[in-house]
Amino acid sequence: MLERLQPRGWMMVGIAVAAIFLLVGPLTLPTYVVILLTQSLIYAIVAMSLDILIGYTGLGSLGHAAFFAIGAYTTAIFITRSHVSFTGTLFLSIIAAAGASAIIGPLALRAAGVYFLMITLAIAMCIWGLAYRWVSLTGGDNGITGILRPDLGLPWTMKDPIHFYYLVLVFFLVCFILMFLLIRSPFGKTLVGIRDSESRMRVLGYNIFLHKYLAFVIAGAFAGVSGCLYVYYNSFVSPNEANLGHCMELVLMVTIGGPGTLVGPTFGAFIVVFLKNMVSVYTKRWLMVLALVYVVTALYAPDGITGLLKRLQTRRKLT
Amino acid sequence: MATNRFALECHGLSKRFAGLEAVKNVTLQIAPGERRGIIGPNGAGKTTLFRLISGEFPVTSGTVRLFDQDVTRVPCHRRTHMGLGRTFQITNLFPTMTILDNLVVAAMGQRGMKFSMLRPLSTYRDLYQQAEQVLENVGMTERRGEIVKNLSHGEQRQIEISLALISNPKVLLLDEPTAGLSPAESTMMTEILKKLDSSMTILIIEHDMDVAFQVADRITVLHLGCLFAEGTPSEVRNNSRVQDIYFGAEERPC
Amino acid sequence: MEFWVNQTFNGLSYAALLFLLGGGFTLIFGVMKIANIAHGSFYLVGGYVGYTVSSLTGNFYLALLVACIVITLMGMVMERLFLHNLGGQDLRQMLITMGIALFLQDLCLLIWGGNPLNLSIPSYLAGSLRVGKYYLPALRIFMIISAALLFALLYWFQEKTKVGAMVRASVDNMEMSEVLGINVPLVTLGVFGLGALLAGFGGVVGSAFMGIYPGLDFELLPLAFVVVIIGGMGSLQGALVGSIIVGLVDNFGKALFPELSYFTLFAPMAIILALRPTGLFGKG
Repeated sequence: MLERLQPRGWMMVGIAVAAIFLLVGPLTLPTYVVILLTQSLIYAIVAMSLDILIGYTGLGSLGHAAFFAIGAYTTAIFITRSHVSFTGTLFLSIIAAAGASAIIGPLALRAAGVYFLMITLAIAMCIWGLAYRWVSLTGGDNGITGILRPDLGLPWTMKDPIHFYYLVLVFFLVCFILMFLLIRSPFGKTLVGIRDSESRMRVLGYNIFLHKYLAFVIAGAFAGVSGCLYVYYNSFVSPNEANLGHCMELVLMVTIGGPGTLVGPTFGAFIVVFLKNMVSVYTKRWLMVLALVYVVTALYAPDGITGLLKRLQTRRKLT
Repeated sequence: MATNRFALECHGLSKRFAGLEAVKNVTLQIAPGERRGIIGPNGAGKTTLFRLISGEFPVTSGTVRLFDQDVTRVPCHRRTHMGLGRTFQITNLFPTMTILDNLVVAAMGQRGMKFSMLRPLSTYRDLYQQAEQVLENVGMTERRGEIVKNLSHGEQRQIEISLALISNPKVLLLDEPTAGLSPAESTMMTEILKKLDSSMTILIIEHDMDVAFQVADRITVLHLGCLFAEGTPSEVRNNSRVQDIYFGAEERPC
Repeated sequence: MEFWVNQTFNGLSYAALLFLLGGGFTLIFGVMKIANIAHGSFYLVGGYVGYTVSSLTGNFYLALLVACIVITLMGMVMERLFLHNLGGQDLRQMLITMGIALFLQDLCLLIWGGNPLNLSIPSYLAGSLRVGKYYLPALRIFMIISAALLFALLYWFQEKTKVGAMVRASVDNMEMSEVLGINVPLVTLGVFGLGALLAGFGGVVGSAFMGIYPGLDFELLPLAFVVVIIGGMGSLQGALVGSIIVGLVDNFGKALFPELSYFTLFAPMAIILALRPTGLFGKG
């Protein structure tokens, strides 16, 4: 019976296995793995939000890490200066990141294609520069330190990596469900229409700019959530969260997993996080390994792993 | 006093692209329910004219009026809400979507629920009913789940028109609907065009003269961006100057 | 008054460096529509190679020459091996160039280590020139003059020569150029090499000016982006004007509003995007 399963079936099995693993695995795995899983889930949220732009709307935003950073800094600043509650920082981070997207969106969306890629990256660099030079607010190069795990008033302390992992898992599931609903909704379909043919959408009565703008702001909001969680995870934030490397890494996560699938970028986040952390244990030249991953993915698997699986499925159908 | 309300009017419409005047001072008046054919040799500016009317390109000068309302500065998507529809000369579908989804997205274009973000699209049954109705009309009901890029060219041209028709436009711009079709497919398409709602105003660009002369009440001839001649199909067919421009005789029309 | 003159001069010398970086980038982008993330790497490797040649031979000009040759070859190899067949696939191109950039960055780290290095220059460039009551550093003057000369040379080449016309044609319409018999693959190869050369030259001069260290490639690249966005993609004149604007704004910004200075780059970029998204001299 197992041989009858198509690659599509295997993907479903894979997702089910992954889900079970995420739910109960941490209870038996070593602490450092749990910590990496936590980081992966945090990045999975922002990677999925970027997928809404790249994979579903066809907007190659290279500056998405900036909104992640804005969310992170907002939480860090408010928590170290005003001792705002956890929900307070979450709320503020979402507002800040979505607000920044709302302001930057109309400017960035004046361009399309490669121009849009470049402009979003340049804007992210300006945000990086702001974090780097506005020392009185952001601590500059030194960043902001000393963020403690939130006290949620629950019987389980968030200082324990396993408890914090489950908190992050809850947020990941909520975000995943929300974005999944978005993709399945009428609005989500309009984004795919825009990706497939803007000119057609325009004459069908769609306000292209408005749809892209909304997608941009929504993606920014989720990036803010991710950034907030990251600060509690890492207890430290620096301008590097918005640098070129991080911007491209988010794109790599989406690409390696498979754009336009939501699940793909989640896998992509896990792959990139684990790769970065594990490879450096074995070699100092882990940047070169990462470089190889970039080149191989771009040359041979631009639709990512889910794309490879789909192609396998079509090939099987033909034989 | 009743005004003679035209469905579509263009006055002195011009479009210039960095040194090239693609459309020069074109004036058209189309009555409601009229079928107007737009013909002319290659480079006459026919598709550019359509793009000015639909709002895809901004005009360099001149005005466009839709049901007596000046739409020259109105964005493309708003004109659709005012009753304008368009098909494309080069088939312009949503290649990764199924036939059904193509029609659903088309039906959704003027509806407010297109901004709904949490409720699944599949629960909007009336949209799907609309799409199913159109599928039935073109005889593709069982093929609703097929991805459009796998259809034959003729089938794609049919879907192309269906997308524009699904929201019942009052003025329809058809850009070479028979482009790339075999003679048998062209005949079928012509029948479909003749059977379109008689209250709908139609502008049709065609290279196939038979189709144009069968479907249109009046013909406008464009040449090098200018309005060269206008009249009934038989008047235009017998106009020797029109024949000349098709055979490449050097005419400076404006 | 002294403040303004000094800051303007500093801004212009920084602009010279930015032109070398942005000019190459805009040429590559103009012809091939590729946003080359590895462009900063050309600068970096050029600087390091120049440093090594200069340390071994003590000859600044030899360092310039060797670095330029090496970088040009590197650029052409990169174009031929990786980018040649990926026309129009923006995201893929950026991922590949990112991979190459990371690889080169780590390679430089491996070969030259993590400490900042300074290229030594001939003594007559190390001093200052007295102009009226101002003392202007000779190296900065050298930077401004060499950038201006290169611009003039490139501009003449682009506007007045047959090969330049072929490049302009390829920028305007690649397909048409191919149909007209222009050897477009050769043009793209040449332009990529030229763009790399400019960046490599900038790297040598820059490492004499402000030192060279790992990570500089990624620090300078966004500035090249801003130059090209403001000046217009594919336009040499645009790169010149854009780099002058960015050089001056960044310099005055750092002097007047140090905490917001990087952000002050955002202002001209935002204005351009709002009013003229294709840049001051951009086409399309």
